Amino acid sequence: MAESRTETKLLDRVREALRDVKDPEIPTLSLEELGMVRKIDVEGNHVSVRLLPTFVGCPAVELIRGMVAKRILEIEDVQDVEVTFVMDVAWTSDMITHGGRRKLSEFGIAPPPRQFSPKSAPSCPYCGAEDTNVVSLFGPTACRAVYYCKSCQQPFEGMKFV
Amino acid sequence: MSMVETTRPLTQAYKDALVHLLLVLADDDLAFGHRSSQWLGLAPDLEEDIAFSSIAQDEIGHAAFFYRLVSDLAGEDADALAFARPTQVRKNARLLEQQNGDWAYTIARAYVYNIFEQVRLEALLASNYLPLQQGATKILREERYHRLHMETWFLRLAEAGGEARFRLETAVEHVWADLSDLFTLGNHQHDLIHEGILPTTEQALYEAWLTEVKPMFDRSSLYWPGNRGELTSEDLSGATTAKVDGSTSEEERNGRLGQHSEHLDELLQTMTEVYRSEAGATW
Repeated sequence: MAESRTETKLLDRVREALRDVKDPEIPTLSLEELGMVRKIDVEGNHVSVRLLPTFVGCPAVELIRGMVAKRILEIEDVQDVEVTFVMDVAWTSDMITHGGRRKLSEFGIAPPPRQFSPKSAPSCPYCGAEDTNVVSLFGPTACRAVYYCKSCQQPFEGMKFV
Repeated sequence: MSMVETTRPLTQAYKDALVHLLLVLADDDLAFGHRSSQWLGLAPDLEEDIAFSSIAQDEIGHAAFFYRLVSDLAGEDADALAFARPTQVRKNARLLEQQNGDWAYTIARAYVYNIFEQVRLEALLASNYLPLQQGATKILREERYHRLHMETWFLRLAEAGGEARFRLETAVEHVWADLSDLFTLGNHQHDLIHEGILPTTEQALYEAWLTEVKPMFDRSSLYWPGNRGELTSEDLSGATTAKVDGSTSEEERNGRLGQHSEHLDELLQTMTEVYRSEAGATW
């Protein structure tokens, strides 16, 4: 579909604005860095945003939908916005961007491993040590597990591989 | 709806069978999810409090997903489907409505159900109903953590010997007593296969489950409870035509046909208490 120049410009502004929308639990990480933004469409001044849920039962889905809609509607020239969650591709933890992985680590959450390796723990996001243990594969949210660093003697969380 | 969601014409037969299957999937996960949530604050240790709460959240989330698909097809409110339907139209397997019992029963049931869930979701990867096939793809990625957890505990109890193993053996007996309707698909088996919604048979689901579960018993030298679960196709078709009358024995009753125990009444009473206090309210 041929897009007009104004539409392309608006698309850029929508993409830019979406970078302001962060994960409600990890306020340094944007939805884009989490790999949740599937598709943005602009038609005239109508915007449609398609997002991937990280977990099917993630209770933050409605909150995120509202945050996205609110931010997009702040853009001048946007008349209305439709935010939908889709699963035409399954979100995987590999979709977290390189920058996103770095920010997770800075926030104190180990980035997800690259394969299903439930018996090994990632290195400690606080001190970098590799002498770590799996405490529990189930953590405070569906997407996180709990580990323990034997070097700095701190429990820490890590994103699960899904 | 703009997307093409199935390659088959959405006939009444297709829709009826699909809605039935979605309610089976949703009701199973809701009952199991609710029972799992009841361990919060009571589990043997803090890690299990968290694990069972997390698993409950996943399962109830999966149920909500299936109820939403019904809602998209039939226009009924997803919350009403979850909270306002009476016992006799619920389609969950009887095993999943039973009370939690002790830790061994909880683990034995959860293990058996998690393997069945995996087998059923794998079959749904071949569904021609796209939203269901996509959901199954996603849910399978999450479920492997549940399965691993239950397998680990099942082996731990079996290999511990003593009271743990004794309790697990007793639990297995109780689980097997309520096992038969888990594998059945109710009155729509033919249409589900014929329409390509769930292109497999009850027998094939059972056998795929058996292939996973039986070696686990062998590995820990647990007594295999045997033929109660080993359903012949005759048993299966018999189960789907069981009548709702006083003569149906407990074991012949079929949750897929709305034939439940008093435990589901108790579960629904507790689960829907808040919903019923102000039906239609936004919480």
